[in-house]
Amino acid sequence: MFLEINPLVLPDIGLVFWNTVAFVGLLVVLGKFAWKPMLKAISDREQGIEDSLAKADKMKADITAMQNENEALLAKAREERATLIKEAKEASEKMIADAKDKAKSEYERIVADAQVAITQQKNAALTEVKNQVGSLVVDVAEKVLRRELSNKAEQETYIKQLADGVKLN
Amino acid sequence: MALRPIKSILALCFSLFILLQPTNILASEPAAATAEHANKEEGSFNVTETILEHIKDDHSWHLWGHTSIALPVILYTPQGFDVFSSEKLVDEHHEPVVYKGKFDYKLVEGKTKIVNAAGEVDVVASKKLWDFSITKNVASLFISVIILLLVILTAAGAYKKTGVTSAPKGLQSFMEPIVLFVRDEIALPNIGAKRYAKYMPFLLTIFFLILTNNFLGLIPLFPGGANVSGNIAFTMTLAVCVFIVVNLSSNKNYWEHIFWMPGMHWSMKLFLAPIELIGVFNKPISLMIRLFANITAGHILVLSLVCLIFIFKTVYAAAIAVPFVIFIFMIELLVAFLQAYIFTMLTAMYIGMASEEAHHDHHPAGEGADKELVHH
Repeated sequence: MFLEINPLVLPDIGLVFWNTVAFVGLLVVLGKFAWKPMLKAISDREQGIEDSLAKADKMKADITAMQNENEALLAKAREERATLIKEAKEASEKMIADAKDKAKSEYERIVADAQVAITQQKNAALTEVKNQVGSLVVDVAEKVLRRELSNKAEQETYIKQLADGVKLN
Repeated sequence: MALRPIKSILALCFSLFILLQPTNILASEPAAATAEHANKEEGSFNVTETILEHIKDDHSWHLWGHTSIALPVILYTPQGFDVFSSEKLVDEHHEPVVYKGKFDYKLVEGKTKIVNAAGEVDVVASKKLWDFSITKNVASLFISVIILLLVILTAAGAYKKTGVTSAPKGLQSFMEPIVLFVRDEIALPNIGAKRYAKYMPFLLTIFFLILTNNFLGLIPLFPGGANVSGNIAFTMTLAVCVFIVVNLSSNKNYWEHIFWMPGMHWSMKLFLAPIELIGVFNKPISLMIRLFANITAGHILVLSLVCLIFIFKTVYAAAIAVPFVIFIFMIELLVAFLQAYIFTMLTAMYIGMASEEAHHDHHPAGEGADKELVHH
């Protein structure tokens, strides 16, 4: 037979048998006690690493989102502060302006009132002066009229005297 | 960078070899005249015989000089099992002698045969003799199995001890990259993510068994030295296992592509069917021969180079032979890994082909043909 030519290519039944036994035995034992647990452990670890990485990524994203949020909040706060300050400034300015206006108007009112009072008092004083002058005139006239009747020259000096007296008043 | 000195040494050896050759031929001419005469002499050197002796299986394990380990001979005869030590088959000069068990046994060219009273081989009776002996190869195979069990079970046990979250240590860190290599480079791309896990134990066992035996075969001293993975029986067994696994994992799509290639003219289908059918058997046979031939060739090469010393009958031949042997040994280390890888890779590929789901595109034939090209 062709195979008999070279002993190297003629398989021995003994080795075939023992090799089958060895290989199948090895496959069963290693498959059950080595490869399965080993592959499972490796894939578990890989899964763990993957999960951890995913978690880390998620956390990173979360932190970034938080930072963004914080920044947005800060920006908003800053804006609000600026608005507040602006508003306060405006309000204070307005208040000052209002106060000034009010003060001015008050002052004007007071001045006006004072003038009115002054005018009134002046008028009252004038009226009183007029009244006094009137009564003085009436008095003088009464006295003149009483004297006139007795002495003409004396009458004239007296009038003159009276007149001087009025002036003194 | 480290290869530079080796390269220059090799170049030197080559030139020396070429320079010395004519002198050797001249020197051997007068010797040739007496060659026939010398051949009959005691202790004459036969290269082919020496090399084949090292390559072939044996009933005893030669250690050194005249020391060898006797291995058990287990014979299944028509009268039942016959078990005895192999040292009973040889005398003190290592010449085969007749051993009387249930039959009369004698070693003829290293194989146990039944002989008749006159000491001649009884061909008819020998055909009924089944030799299940623990030969050198079987013993070496068992050693490799023990090594594998120890190493791999220890490595696997480490996962239980240290848990899955810690980084691998020691043996574990040696094994894990190889396991990952088999998974990521061999199983996943060839079988696909859906089905690869089922075949992982098979592929890993094949890979490590071949790898261990390849390396053991390269060690010239005791625990190694047997040529297991370069033995056709070993590669045949593995190839048969692959054949069975491939066919068990085959689906309808696979057989359709073999017997009635879709997308072809009917005449082409008829033409392709027998070729594809041969391919079914061809694949495991190619696996068997590839591993056997590669490992055996490597061993023969190394032995031939060593034999140069004995052919030239001068110790100076070692100056040429030894660097070459070292060089070939380096290549053999690569081949040991490479052949384990190729065997496993092709196994995965065949399993992947057999279990591939049908394509629903318009040119399945073209793709099938491409695949075939890649595979052969």
